[in-house]
Amino acid sequence: MTTHHTYDAVIVGAGGAGLRAALEASKDVKTCVISKLYPTRSHTGAAQGGMCAALGNVEEDYPEWHAFDTVKGGDYLVDQPAAILMSKEAVDAVIELEHWGFPFNRTPDGKIDQRRFGGHTRNHGEAAVKRACYAADRTGHMILQTLYQQCIRQDVRFFNEFYVLDLVASKEGRAAGVVAYELATGELHVFRAKSVLFATGGYGRMFKVTSNAHTLTGDGMAVCYRRGIPLQDMEMFQFHPTGIYKMGILLSEAVRGEGGIIINSEGERFMERYAPTVKDLAPRDMVSRAIYQEIKEGRGIDGKDYVFLDVRHLDPVVIETKLPDVTEFARIYLGVEPLTEPVPIQPTAHYGMGGLPTNTDGQVVGGARERPIPGLYAAGECACVSVHGANRLGTNSLLDIVVFGRRGGAHMAGYAKEADFAELPEEPERRTSGVLRGLLTGTGGDSVADIRAELQEQMFDLAGVVRREDGLRKMQGILGGLHDRYKRVVVMDKGKVYNTDLMEAVELGFLLDCADTLVAAALARDESRGAHYREDHPLRDDAHWLRHSLSYRQPDGTVKLEYKDVKMGPYVPMERKY
Amino acid sequence: MKPEPWWDEFTIEAEPTDRLLDALHYVKWYKDGTLALRRSCAHGICGSDAMLINGRNALACKVLVKEVAPKVTVEPIRGLPVLKDLIVDMEPFFEGYKAILPFLINADDPPDRERLQSPEDRARFDDTTKCILCAACTTSCPIFWGDEQYIGPAAIVNAHRFIFDSRDQGAEERLEILSDQSGVFRCRTTFNCTEACPRGIKVTKAIQEVKRAVMFRRF
Repeated sequence: MTTHHTYDAVIVGAGGAGLRAALEASKDVKTCVISKLYPTRSHTGAAQGGMCAALGNVEEDYPEWHAFDTVKGGDYLVDQPAAILMSKEAVDAVIELEHWGFPFNRTPDGKIDQRRFGGHTRNHGEAAVKRACYAADRTGHMILQTLYQQCIRQDVRFFNEFYVLDLVASKEGRAAGVVAYELATGELHVFRAKSVLFATGGYGRMFKVTSNAHTLTGDGMAVCYRRGIPLQDMEMFQFHPTGIYKMGILLSEAVRGEGGIIINSEGERFMERYAPTVKDLAPRDMVSRAIYQEIKEGRGIDGKDYVFLDVRHLDPVVIETKLPDVTEFARIYLGVEPLTEPVPIQPTAHYGMGGLPTNTDGQVVGGARERPIPGLYAAGECACVSVHGANRLGTNSLLDIVVFGRRGGAHMAGYAKEADFAELPEEPERRTSGVLRGLLTGTGGDSVADIRAELQEQMFDLAGVVRREDGLRKMQGILGGLHDRYKRVVVMDKGKVYNTDLMEAVELGFLLDCADTLVAAALARDESRGAHYREDHPLRDDAHWLRHSLSYRQPDGTVKLEYKDVKMGPYVPMERKY
Repeated sequence: MKPEPWWDEFTIEAEPTDRLLDALHYVKWYKDGTLALRRSCAHGICGSDAMLINGRNALACKVLVKEVAPKVTVEPIRGLPVLKDLIVDMEPFFEGYKAILPFLINADDPPDRERLQSPEDRARFDDTTKCILCAACTTSCPIFWGDEQYIGPAAIVNAHRFIFDSRDQGAEERLEILSDQSGVFRCRTTFNCTEACPRGIKVTKAIQEVKRAVMFRRF
């Protein structure tokens, strides 16, 4: 039995971007939010360190400095007008959150306190600047809570634990709705809508060691990709330098913002060699690469593949009050006492800069000419505006979700007010029913867990911090094999009620598609830029590669690549030194 | 018709430093795919995987195998209807949360910039901002087990978070709601909630502060 619903605006995903969009859209049009989780479970809540805005509360700062840092941090693959816009709107976004009750840490005179973060500098790189507004080391948690609280106040309609599996389009190529699977009952629901916004987050679960939640499987991106919409800059995947060894749990960059350092087996603060000016507060791609290099040269701890994050020299009061959660993570998961012992860390798969290509109003745009797809929107990690380019600066993801969540929500409401409902195709849930039936009746004997483990292990080794042509070609072959095995996958649970076994099988299919695009785009880009480091092509090549990749799914499942120009602005690409 | 509840037993190998959640995943992925549980972040922030572990409420992702080996029993949290295995109906829990008006109430026009708040005023409600709505506290409370009308510790914690925020003007309204017969005075100070909180929130203390605020209208 399929149930039908009709809303003007449908938002998929209830993290920061989805909730912020919902607050905007629901002011004007009939809106609902569909999420495979309860909203407060979204991974926005795991963000720790802060949200940057040039408030200038603690020291001199300007949005223009923030824009420059964002462009340089992204290794010039950033669309500069979008970064300039985001840096300007950052100030209002922080103030708005404060007015909604966000419990920011405060300066002695009661203003919002600010601290240092990687890649954020004063006057175009002179020194680290205090720009990150924060609530201890649970800034993302407080953003998620604050936005959800406002949604309750505004009586936003939620469909919790509904998993969106397909985008419905009309014949003329407008968004017409989505198809969702209700976890509690196993029933399908068709949501007819004038505008649809995807805010489904990232896809870090394709890597073995990751800071990402189990649920971050590229859902919205893969759903759209299967419907012919390109994914942009998928080769740009960020590895955060300080994940808990082997587990990948994030230890915030705020640890270094408050004075923590990274040391190798010789006790050397090696970032002094790699980034003499800002040292440990260099952007994440550079620090992760430096750790890789130290380990490769034999200076990992005990010759192994990790180094130490060290806060022993900091005031224990600062650690306990400003970094309580990450301190607890080290104690619980490693049995290490950070006040007296250094903490084993390694780079952890953290954030996809790529995603559904959008303009600054959140409209998904197709092709090199960026024609908006009527009624289709995206915001947050699943979108690519692109404000993060080839490497996102710390704190800019929380900023991205509130700035572009708001803009997307406003535009989708405006569109829905003017537009009629697009015509639904006959039996819009047909494809979804087919996919689910296929998975539930599979008899080949392959397991989701085995395929996923193989994907994660190989992607981490062959498409991670450092990549090479031979490794990426090998990965393409492996992916082909994994897709074949996926066709023979067996779901053990055949029931209707909370069939999370089936859900994990669907998620794996999405991950495999996202991995295809990442590897294809990484193989083609024979240069190094930001988070994409090719050992066989270690230099940046602006003449050929100052452009965005677009991955299209071909009918046979392979990836076709196209490219489009980066939107330039006042900042001329120069060598990236810190 | 719901089937009668039953126990299943699994024997698996695990590292001492694995999370209990990893062990449950192992069962789900390799032994019995029908095992249903909620989880997401796997490091104690999203609040999905509260369960009754060896008789105490905790998050499966914050309990290590070495703390519970060689044998551990895992049950759904109590006081909420079980839907399947370790999954319970969270709606009554979130209804309690929504009932205390969990959002900043301030009728004044906001200034152009941030409202000022001293670090001392900010510290006043710091502890209760940590709540992740996992329901470990509420479903460890014997009063809640016996009376589902009781609003429960988590809702009171979130009321505390706003009542003691110097920027908020909704305290009277919330205290009115909490002085109701299903409200804060149902608490009998058993401290189960404080023991259960995976975020280390001093839940019972927060409840006592809210009780005092109701009685003396001072906050």
